[in-house]
Amino acid sequence: MQKLFATIAVIITGAILLNAVEDFPRFGDPHSPPNSGVSGGSVSSSVHYLQNTYLDTRVPNVVTAVLADYRGYDTLFETAVILTAGIAVFAILRVVRRKDEEESTGSEEKACSGEFSTSDSDGEGRHRVVVGTACRVVVPLAQLFGFYIIAHGHPSPGGGFQGGVVLGTSFILLALAGGLGSALGRLREDMYLRLACLGVFIYAGIGLLSLFFRRNFLDYGALSGLLQTGGEEMARSHGIFGVELGVAMTVTSVMFALFANLSTRGELKGGL
Amino acid sequence: MMEWIKTTIVPHFNFWIYVVIMMLGLWAAIGKNNLIKKLIGLSIFQTAILLLYVSMGVKEGASIPIVDETMGEAAVDFMAQGGGAAGATAFPINPDLFANPLPHVLMLTAIVVGVATLGVALALCQVIFRDFGTLEEPEILNQIQTIQDDV
Amino acid sequence: MILPLDIILLIFLVIAAVVALKLRDLLGAAMVFSTYGFLICLIWAEMGAVDVAFTEATVGAGISGALMIATIFKTARKSSD
Repeated sequence: MQKLFATIAVIITGAILLNAVEDFPRFGDPHSPPNSGVSGGSVSSSVHYLQNTYLDTRVPNVVTAVLADYRGYDTLFETAVILTAGIAVFAILRVVRRKDEEESTGSEEKACSGEFSTSDSDGEGRHRVVVGTACRVVVPLAQLFGFYIIAHGHPSPGGGFQGGVVLGTSFILLALAGGLGSALGRLREDMYLRLACLGVFIYAGIGLLSLFFRRNFLDYGALSGLLQTGGEEMARSHGIFGVELGVAMTVTSVMFALFANLSTRGELKGGL
Repeated sequence: MMEWIKTTIVPHFNFWIYVVIMMLGLWAAIGKNNLIKKLIGLSIFQTAILLLYVSMGVKEGASIPIVDETMGEAAVDFMAQGGGAAGATAFPINPDLFANPLPHVLMLTAIVVGVATLGVALALCQVIFRDFGTLEEPEILNQIQTIQDDV
Repeated sequence: MILPLDIILLIFLVIAAVVALKLRDLLGAAMVFSTYGFLICLIWAEMGAVDVAFTEATVGAGISGALMIATIFKTARKSSD
């Protein structure tokens, strides 16, 4: 019955959408309204971005500049949404037991001592030699690559979101290979929660800083006197980089928090 | 028939496929019983919408939206020489040579927010499994019905 | 934009979506869903949206599959439909 209703609803909706498809511009048309604006009317804002980004910000990658500068409000609140999702998973799943706290800090100290803890708390004590050794090689490279992506968001594809996800994935790999304890030993729970909040705080703080120079919120050009860049364009470039750092902090910690809570049902012990 | 296909489907074939993918996702979100399957369906629905947006910015023969160094320096020289002709405010980059960056920006954040909300949905699935012992929608509804009947 | 590649990838995409929704083993469905994310990443790279392709390669093919598999391990693996 449910499937019948679903099929009827899908057929009706699909027919309406396919009927509307005819009004769309041809695929790949460079002069369609979204690409070049209405003929005889206003020019599309993407043309403005393409022509002015390098002059305004000295950032060759148009996507990074539009993301962090022209549409900074959008990205600020998207970052806030990601932080909210991390807090929501924490609130839904996290189980805090007072007795277990001492044991968990003990295992964390063991993990901090530099060795991958090859035994899980389920006591099987399997030595995953191949996985552990491969991880020891891959994880530092993945983290280096993550920082490279964050730092090279200006001249090449990349930025805070991509680099943050890669950094978060490196911690997830650590958790998959050596148990969640070895990953939590490197990025403790209180640390990643603080890091997530600090990311949004850095983003909003850079925006607020420009208010003190009697400019608009998130107008990084106002920081040229503070950063000693000599021109507003380079100040915007550095402002974009600071914002991307904040985004990367939030995304890294929220991605790791999601995996840590989901893979242990909020216990933060044992792991998969 | 052939004429209809040539004039209707061929210029918009990608939009037809997006609608098919979108309807697959919608059908799964309504018709499937398992909650994880519903989430996979919702994610497929979301990617179909993202595809629709990004394909709007595709230009035939265009490059990726990164203004290369030489063109960037030409832009700086252009400003140093007083901005070209009087009244011209923009550097004459031909926008047809670069893909439209605006849909990319909007969809990039949407993907990361999408995975964060998927995490919240999966957390809710785990709580439902802890309370009801199943992820099948009819069984959950039955259990809720029996609880209400008892009360 | 490369039209033949676009058509081939979109057909693969529909197949991946159908298989991900048809499989009764949820672990297999999650893995096919990761494949779906990777195909989407290829389509975006082909369309010239390199930043979006980068994000999808890390998120769609990486994190979302890992989160789903984590949840399936903690709940039930079999699906009734």
